Amino acid sequence: MSALFELGPHTGFIWMAYGISALVLAGLIGWIRIDARNQMQLLAELEHKGIHRRSAPARGSQGEKSSKQT
Amino acid sequence: MTETEGFFNRLANPTRFMALVGAVLPWLTGLTVVLFLAGLYLAFFVAPEDYQQGHTVKIMFIHVPFAWLSMMGYSVITIASIGSLIWRHPMADVAAKTAAPIGASFTLLALVTGSLWGKPMWGTYWVWDARLTSVLLLFFLYLGLMVLWQAIEEPSRAGRTAAILAIVGSVNLPVIKFSVDWWNTLHQPASVVKLGGPAIHSSLLTPLLIMAAAFTCLFFVLHLMAMRTEVLRRRVQALRLTHVDTAGIKEGARA
Repeated sequence: MSALFELGPHTGFIWMAYGISALVLAGLIGWIRIDARNQMQLLAELEHKGIHRRSAPARGSQGEKSSKQT
Repeated sequence: MTETEGFFNRLANPTRFMALVGAVLPWLTGLTVVLFLAGLYLAFFVAPEDYQQGHTVKIMFIHVPFAWLSMMGYSVITIASIGSLIWRHPMADVAAKTAAPIGASFTLLALVTGSLWGKPMWGTYWVWDARLTSVLLLFFLYLGLMVLWQAIEEPSRAGRTAAILAIVGSVNLPVIKFSVDWWNTLHQPASVVKLGGPAIHSSLLTPLLIMAAAFTCLFFVLHLMAMRTEVLRRRVQALRLTHVDTAGIKEGARA
């Protein structure tokens, strides 16, 4: 474990570089995951109201039909 | 139609794309974690000090992958933009739009980690030389693309405008790559991808390449996740429009 903390006179620079990278990447991952969850919730709410895509699977059918619609 | 064209056409179908992403993401995420664990272990517990830079060489294991991926991210956007302008397929727009924030983050980290490496090695956080300035320009290009996507509401129009900016901006990529050869700079020349092979000892090169593979996998994990979300966002928008149209027709019929 000492290998992590005994990095010579520039330990602070090394840890800052890794720390800031971890923070920015964690923020990016969190933002992408929250955005995904929000969109899935919105889609579920619309479908709950009975608003479906024309190409969405019919009730009781297996899988989705292919579609060009995004 | 060739087999390759057939493959890309099938992939360009959003529903098939969503199914493929669902199957690939867990494996790619697992591979990313394994590569990060191996890379960080080698970087902190196995890799020796550099004879000149001492332990600060550990910053190289993250700075170099960030720098590579900042350029790869923009290359992905450029290729997708060409696809968007030629075939006008919404999935090309989706790929270009969603790569921008990820590429911007990696570029920002290349700049920050480079500064933190530069201070102990060069004695300064920043110099306005060709390499550093062209990477800063790349960061601004990413931000410009993100702002364009936000500013234009209609996705296909935003896609076309952003595609043109992305393709014009791609001129910056060779400038970044060759800036260290064309101009005098504090930044060292290429040490890994160069004629005559890498100039780095294998004890430092191996962790660097493993970390680069880990960050590359992370980039694609995040890009696939963001693309999937963008497809969902467009479905939500389309459903809302359909709902508004249907409600309008019913209202009109009642009147």
